[in-house]
Amino acid sequence: MVSHELTTPDLKSERRVRHAPRFFNMNRLTPYFFLAPAGAVLAVALLYPIGYMIYASFLSWNPSQRIHEADWIGLRNYTNLLKDPNFIESFFVTLKFASVVVTLEMVIGVGLALLLDRKIRGMSVLRTIFILPMMIAPIVVGLMWRYMYHPSVGILNRTLKGWGLDPIPWLSDPDWALPSVIIADVWQWTPFIFILSLAALQSLPQSALEASRIDGASTWQQIIHIKLPLMLPVLIIAGLLRLIDAFKVLEVILVLTNGGPGLSTEILSLRISRTTSEFRELGEAAAMSNYLLLLLLIITLGMFLFNKVMDMRQQRLRAAAQEAG
Amino acid sequence: MPKIHFDHIEKSFGTVRVLPPLDLQLNDGEFTVLVGPSGCGKSTTLRILAGLESLSAGEIYFDDAPISHLAPKDRDLAMVFQDYALYPHMDIARNMSFALRLQRAPRAEIAAKVQRVAEMLNIAHLLDRKPAELSGGQRQRVAMGRALVRDASTFLFDEPLSNLDAKLRAKMRTELAEMRDTLDKNMIYVTHDQIEAMTLGDRIVVMSEGVIQQQGSPEELFKTPANQFVAGFIGSPTMNFLGGSLAREADRLWVRGDGFLLPLTDEQSGRLNGNTPGDVSVGIRPSSFSADPKVGAPIELHLAVSEYLGAQSVLVTRCGEEEVLVEYDSATPMKSGVSMTFGVRPEDIMLFDRASGARL
Repeated sequence: MVSHELTTPDLKSERRVRHAPRFFNMNRLTPYFFLAPAGAVLAVALLYPIGYMIYASFLSWNPSQRIHEADWIGLRNYTNLLKDPNFIESFFVTLKFASVVVTLEMVIGVGLALLLDRKIRGMSVLRTIFILPMMIAPIVVGLMWRYMYHPSVGILNRTLKGWGLDPIPWLSDPDWALPSVIIADVWQWTPFIFILSLAALQSLPQSALEASRIDGASTWQQIIHIKLPLMLPVLIIAGLLRLIDAFKVLEVILVLTNGGPGLSTEILSLRISRTTSEFRELGEAAAMSNYLLLLLLIITLGMFLFNKVMDMRQQRLRAAAQEAG
Repeated sequence: MPKIHFDHIEKSFGTVRVLPPLDLQLNDGEFTVLVGPSGCGKSTTLRILAGLESLSAGEIYFDDAPISHLAPKDRDLAMVFQDYALYPHMDIARNMSFALRLQRAPRAEIAAKVQRVAEMLNIAHLLDRKPAELSGGQRQRVAMGRALVRDASTFLFDEPLSNLDAKLRAKMRTELAEMRDTLDKNMIYVTHDQIEAMTLGDRIVVMSEGVIQQQGSPEELFKTPANQFVAGFIGSPTMNFLGGSLAREADRLWVRGDGFLLPLTDEQSGRLNGNTPGDVSVGIRPSSFSADPKVGAPIELHLAVSEYLGAQSVLVTRCGEEEVLVEYDSATPMKSGVSMTFGVRPEDIMLFDRASGARL
């Protein structure tokens, strides 16, 4: 009696074991079934265009030709570009634009966040106003600033005139055009750094800040010794995200200067767009895009690497704490 | 060390008043414990003293000098926080030396001070680690070390042990008690744990709803609580309170309740003479019950559960409808479900006004 009761469940479980492999396989495949639609979208919308672009970059391809009619010229598009002074200049304009823009946005954004991280009445309204520029479509931002930069009816020059100063050739002077474009971009994207910094600030351990006050830190010392070091991981990620974006900026500059005067504001994405539409060199444009892609890939990899290092550090610290405790 | 005087300090957040006027004088070199249930204003009082919260009214004096206008760093005090509040990005040595580095003390002096304190607290081998690499107890030590390195005149502790597990808490409590005896400093300690308060404090200040209920030595609070709140808060297991009324019979006062009739001492009767409220709360500590019914007056209790704690057991009993805890020697076996007669000495009975809670 007793032994019978004991063996019955054993038999059952054995039968289950025999059936297990098939179930196991089904279970293992299930996630892939669910992932399949997303995978398909990814393949069609992302991988196919990139593959197409890489293929096109090896062709001498005029838009009037079908792609299979274009001549295969190997790496010549890439080597030509490296010898093209216009491309090189465009590359350095982009580099200059991106580095200046991100530096300014980081300094102003973090500064504003430090300034506004306090409890004052109306602060939530103020914060909302600060992040408004980010929500405006870039084309609209470009148009807005073009009107403001207008040499005679723009508000900037009218104000200068009102103060008895000489008007500034915002967009028509090669020395002024890049700063003007930078100002517009800083205006639009500083809020991005601002909200991320503010979020980072508000998640700082309050008691550590209080401890630093008792330890004798002034407001500045608190910022330098406690707040900024603790915000650093967020700031690095925010800066890299902005850098990636700054390398790809197009609309605002397209509307404001269309790359001029001369090549003074012709950033890479604008040059790519012009190479396709004006110079009708699809292969060369594709090669240029790939150079840009490569650059952004390096930054992105840097970001992932940074995240990975931070994760590993956290894990190591946690393990050490467990060992200690 | 300065004498600290809270002169009618008040604190309101908007329209919510968390501290009604509070007046408190702390003596030089004393270990003062502010104790009370959460939300009683003890932490707020400490944070006001530290300068982390502003005062709504009143003034704090250090040796007759007002300090409420001073920034936290100018008040010559150090603080240990409940969650340790270590700087996560600095190693332990830099955590401990932060204040000295801000003061631009000579480097050799900083290193020497940090080393001395670290050795005292047994954390010298951890100096190059980050806070995240330490266990809770070690972090707690570092937090204390950071306060000690400052060499301030007054130390503030905001529930420093409540994030530790029970065993570690007991150990750190002992170490704190040792520290209290070796350091000649003002120490002000906030806790909700009456055992910490009793074991550490030279003086205990019991607070409830922003009001000081009583202050005094641990013994004073235990033996002569000012009111029912203090009597119930101090002591473990907590004091039993039974509803009763006073009656005069055979030329002395008795207190009668559901299932008991206990005589009062002559001294108590004398105090109550002419002022006999009808309803009272009868307070008897669990340790006041004697197994020998001939000691004092007999009281019959119905035994519900016996909680074995080792040498002592806590008996959960019923007297009429009310629950009564009794501390009892575990050596004598007990059976649940039986009634037993205990003895209570009249001088161990405390009476409280049922309405106001005041001691009678």
